[in-house]
Amino acid sequence: MTRLLDVENLTLQFDTDEGRITAVDDVSFKLDAGEVMGLVGESGSGKSVTAKALMKLNASNAHYGPDTDIKLHLEAGPVDIMALKNNHEMQVVRGGAVSMIFQEPMASFAPAISIGDQMVEQLQIHTDLNKKMARELSVEMLDRVGISDPSKRFSQFAFELSGGMRQRAMIAMALSTKPKLLIADEPTTALDVTIQAQVIDLMKDLIAEFGMGIIFITHDLGVIAQTADNVAVMYLGRIIEQGPVREVIRTPAHPYTKGLLAALPDLHDLDAPLIPVPGDIPSPLERPPGCVFNTRCSVALSGRCQTEVPHFTSLSSVHQVACHLAENGGA
Amino acid sequence: MTEKPLISARNLSVHYPLRGGLFGPKLVVRAVEGVNIDIDRGNFFGLVGESGSGKTTLGRALLKAAPITHGQVTYDDGEVEYNLAKLKDKELKDYRKRAQLIFQDPYAALSPRMTVRDIIAEPLEVMGLTKSRAETDKRVREIASKCRLNLEHLRRFPHAFSGGQRQRISIARALVSSPQFVVADESVAALDVSIQADVLNLLKSIQEEMGQTFLFISHDLSVVAHICDHVAVMYLGRLVESAPTRELFKAPRHPYTKALLSAIPSLDPDDRGKAQKLEGEIPSPTNPPPGCKFQTRCPYAIDHCRKVEPQLEESSKEHDVACHRWKELMDEKVLA
Repeated sequence: MTRLLDVENLTLQFDTDEGRITAVDDVSFKLDAGEVMGLVGESGSGKSVTAKALMKLNASNAHYGPDTDIKLHLEAGPVDIMALKNNHEMQVVRGGAVSMIFQEPMASFAPAISIGDQMVEQLQIHTDLNKKMARELSVEMLDRVGISDPSKRFSQFAFELSGGMRQRAMIAMALSTKPKLLIADEPTTALDVTIQAQVIDLMKDLIAEFGMGIIFITHDLGVIAQTADNVAVMYLGRIIEQGPVREVIRTPAHPYTKGLLAALPDLHDLDAPLIPVPGDIPSPLERPPGCVFNTRCSVALSGRCQTEVPHFTSLSSVHQVACHLAENGGA
Repeated sequence: MTEKPLISARNLSVHYPLRGGLFGPKLVVRAVEGVNIDIDRGNFFGLVGESGSGKTTLGRALLKAAPITHGQVTYDDGEVEYNLAKLKDKELKDYRKRAQLIFQDPYAALSPRMTVRDIIAEPLEVMGLTKSRAETDKRVREIASKCRLNLEHLRRFPHAFSGGQRQRISIARALVSSPQFVVADESVAALDVSIQADVLNLLKSIQEEMGQTFLFISHDLSVVAHICDHVAVMYLGRLVESAPTRELFKAPRHPYTKALLSAIPSLDPDDRGKAQKLEGEIPSPTNPPPGCKFQTRCPYAIDHCRKVEPQLEESSKEHDVACHRWKELMDEKVLA
């Protein structure tokens, strides 16, 4: 597999009225071409902000840490995202090499421009296709994602499509520029389960066909289990555990990952009690010192976990966890 | 159970007229159509379905918060008996004390300009259930501690709280008038997984302690499986299956229920591709298909299904299903 993306020491802070808050704290990960990486976490864990940072899409009050290094490896050579200065330079990446699918497909389409015009517009910006060819490709892509009567849908508006159909159109649009990296931010969360199953299937087919790398953001571990190769679990802006999806789900090492799995209702055992993770996620203004999870952790060591930030411990060549308890080999 | 059910609906329909075109036909949204449902006292009754299936409308009709177009709904808590379709003003006011709703979004449901104490006390004051401020405060504190709210927090405003805490405030507000019947509409859908379990456990323990009857509306079958005693499945305004929870999850009889269960993403990465596919999407309630409403997506539909609408019938004790072919599908073990 060829390396597609290297993220090193990504740190991202936002200036707000109440002070500077840290949204992403020293996050590093890698992605190969054709790999699906799941980014899991609850609201406020920093998963969307991390993904947007790859295209520098965060608002103007965002500050990147000085050690942040994001490299996208394209055929023409590596692109240093942090070195790209203005919107014009970013165009190679945004919508070109990297496409993004958002959670709420109604909000991502312009309401007063037809689906087709929006697809053609971005193709004309990012490719050399003329209008006629762009139109043909768009209709073909709509057909590929399973939209019936694609040439009719092409001239319709977002409100005329159902939720599942809109998300399919969004996927068709995101893939029509043949991106190397696709960022899917909660692409199935707003959909019903039966439609979600259809969209997940569709995405798997398209990965096999186009071979791009995917960062799949979700809060649903079930969706991750069914789609991702590798998974990174985030909590309050830090990756606290990462590894192959089988290892992380079957043998979770971090108390938070264990807690998340225990909190999920299990359909095979209706008598199993639901065990919540105690407490609430702290506000980003009150980030706990030491391990970010220490305020909710049932096995936190007094002293060390409250003062010292845990670094990654390798459990296998590919499975890493950031927890002091794992350092001595007993988590 | 020989006791009469708390809520009993017969042939309940809720229709909303749409403004048609100038010459076009008058369109009617049949949000709920011909539903028969009995909710026993003290039951934790689950109602599941996809968006557009009519589950919220049905919940609201049972609260008399949606217009009842046809049919009958009877409420009988042993003290009073109401026919909800023909409720007088005075009776409606009384019914509001007995039946309450917990909303989905704890961020939108609480006024940002009222303290938590005032939010919880408002129903008592509006309904005139307490005579003095001291009595109101006492009731508020009682219910707040039942909902595991810190009493110190009663003076604060909602913005200071996290999603889980806000939902506990909404629950306290709904329960402060000691209702017999509570509709919880997607009450955990907006919460994170680690918090969701906490709110579900709270609802269950409150119900065990205070004995209310809950109608728990959700699109999430795994949540329903864990908290409800009995589950009804809706599709396009109809009930398609209704059974005790264990039985429904062990032996679903309607092809739609089966497909819904199968579509829940499994936590086992080795289950990939095993989910049963359901083609297409839920049809529009303004233009429902003839015959069985599920026939457009059902893999087992035959000609008969396209012409005649199946009625909800008892397949075994307490297990009702509305499908022409449930028996043969069971024999063929397709649905096993």
